[in-house]
Amino acid sequence: MGLFLDFNPFDNLLCILLGISFTVWFTLLLVFIIVPAIFGVSFGIRQLYMKTLLKIFEWATHRIERGAKDNNHLLYKPYSNAIIAKEPTSLEEEIKEIRRSGSNRDLDHASEFEMSDIFYFCRQGVESIMDDEVTKRFSAEELESWNLLTRSNYNFQHISLRLTVLWGLGVVIRYGFLLPLRVTLAFTGVGLLVVLTSIIGFLPNGRMKNFLSEQVHLMCYRICVRALTAIITYHDSENKPKNGGICVANHTSPIDVIILASDGCYAMVGQIHGGLMGVIQKSMVKACPHIWFERSEVKDRHLVAKRLSDHVEDKTKLPILIFPEGTCINNTSVMMFKKGSFEIGSTVYPVAIKYDPRFGDAFWNSSQFGMVNYLLRMMSSWAIVCSVWYLPPMTREEGEDAVQFANRVKAAIARQGGLVDLLWDGGLKRGKVKDTFKEEQQKLYSKIKLPVIGREV
Amino acid sequence: MGSTNSTLSKIPNVEELVQETGFTPAHIVRLYDRFEALDKEKTGHLRPQDFGAINRLAINPIGDRIIGAFFSPGQETVDFHSFVRILAHFRPADKKRPKDPSMPEPVNSRTSKLKFAFQLYDQDKDGKISRAELLQVLRSMLEMQVTEEQLESIADRTIQEADLDTDDAISFEEFRKVPPGGALRLTYQHGALTQIRFIIVKNYVRFDNGKQAMKGNRYLKFTLPC
Repeated sequence: MGLFLDFNPFDNLLCILLGISFTVWFTLLLVFIIVPAIFGVSFGIRQLYMKTLLKIFEWATHRIERGAKDNNHLLYKPYSNAIIAKEPTSLEEEIKEIRRSGSNRDLDHASEFEMSDIFYFCRQGVESIMDDEVTKRFSAEELESWNLLTRSNYNFQHISLRLTVLWGLGVVIRYGFLLPLRVTLAFTGVGLLVVLTSIIGFLPNGRMKNFLSEQVHLMCYRICVRALTAIITYHDSENKPKNGGICVANHTSPIDVIILASDGCYAMVGQIHGGLMGVIQKSMVKACPHIWFERSEVKDRHLVAKRLSDHVEDKTKLPILIFPEGTCINNTSVMMFKKGSFEIGSTVYPVAIKYDPRFGDAFWNSSQFGMVNYLLRMMSSWAIVCSVWYLPPMTREEGEDAVQFANRVKAAIARQGGLVDLLWDGGLKRGKVKDTFKEEQQKLYSKIKLPVIGREV
Repeated sequence: MGSTNSTLSKIPNVEELVQETGFTPAHIVRLYDRFEALDKEKTGHLRPQDFGAINRLAINPIGDRIIGAFFSPGQETVDFHSFVRILAHFRPADKKRPKDPSMPEPVNSRTSKLKFAFQLYDQDKDGKISRAELLQVLRSMLEMQVTEEQLESIADRTIQEADLDTDDAISFEEFRKVPPGGALRLTYQHGALTQIRFIIVKNYVRFDNGKQAMKGNRYLKFTLPC
């Protein structure tokens, strides 16, 4: 009974307030986010958001620099404190320089092995000890300016009160406002996808079904894009992949799929997972033909190739989306493409995706975080800003094998995205280098020396 | 970005390192980060296996010799100070330094660099590159691509050219005559003087201090036919 005497009129008020705020919240959500997603239009809110953020970051960086100077700290700027001034010369070029500076071509025959040849290999070796291109690619890119996330600032120290307050405010906004909003949207998007594609699955095959499935996929992916606050700029949309082609892109994170699929319809390729992913995959395939493999089938390369080529030959089916690197790279370079998708022989539509690291690092370091942790990090960053370039289609030329074709496509993607084109295999994240590479080096060196040696002996 | 003071304070005897090696504190911090990245088990020391994990080094024909250069004879680990001291060999040489015989040779002088390269050949550290040692290096650089006879003839010819005191081995003085400073080499083939070669070689890894960087590897050869 005493409880009733303690009944607080404020509780009633609280309930009313909560009710109102929820309603307002959902209305805003609907009007500003979901409806535009359905129709594919944009209010430009995200662009404005991005510009504001950039201004704030500039200010924060400025404050840090000033603060450090005042306290005589040494600022650690990874890019301008580069320790090796590199020239990209190859073994052949360097030794060719020797030949060129010799005055008489005939007498080059007498120049075989020299004691100083060891210098070239010595230098390469020590350079790789100091700074390693491959290992660098697998850790998150180091930033020059600070984006108010402590995860990207290695030595966060108290520089000034204002900065710390700003950072604190940032945390509150990100975790208190943005994160719940995004989670709601994500659930909405995924839920709608599963439900609507299952419904469409009941329709008879035909143009209506294809049209509806396209619309549903696009709509749900757009909601997911807004769930991540991804601000994407698409370039050269006239080169968008068409039916019967294969779309090839560089891989940084699982989000790549959402980014590409919100602008066009693709048939996905992948392994069937269990759990939530599995449910999504099964319902997606009801609405339009995606290519999902059982775990056992993945090892069988012929089966994989056959299914892909069957799909590609059917011109009514959507273009396939493949990430040939096979693993997530940290978006500063493009690693070796696996040749499987290039053997099929259809038109390849390369796409370059480049993330702007100033807002949030989209790279998924699968050895460091699991999927859920990764998504949490994504949803609590400011935004994900990226650019997508659709490159003109390429086909395999006469006399070119799959590997050369793959390298050509890789070079085009790297060039467009401003990424470094690396020869290395993405699998090096986990394994060691093959002996064949060492033999390649030896072969190259001997080719320059051998003709001379052969003649002398 | 942020302050490096926290990292600097983790490294003992930084001033001594700066004095000895000539690296700036910022470079030392960078090298320390690299050292920690290589030291996966966080023991504070590096072992040969840690170097072996560097892929580009693994495919280098003389990779294991370079790794060996970091470890003093009998030592199985290298600490950060020794790591930095060895790497300091590769800083650009200070050309304007006056030749003062009473001062110890700085670690990045031309002579020190040459000594480093010499030690890559001279694995038993007896001060001479024997024919066998030269053959070993040739074998690593050429391996499957040439026959044993070809390797031996190259080794013979090289020793013939460089060995001035005819003890069938190359001492450090003879070695340094081939690279920098210019060298006059007379090549004899079948008993006749075939050419006179004047060779200048410069080799270093440059550190970008924001200054204009020069080309790194320069071989200039003037060959006069006889």
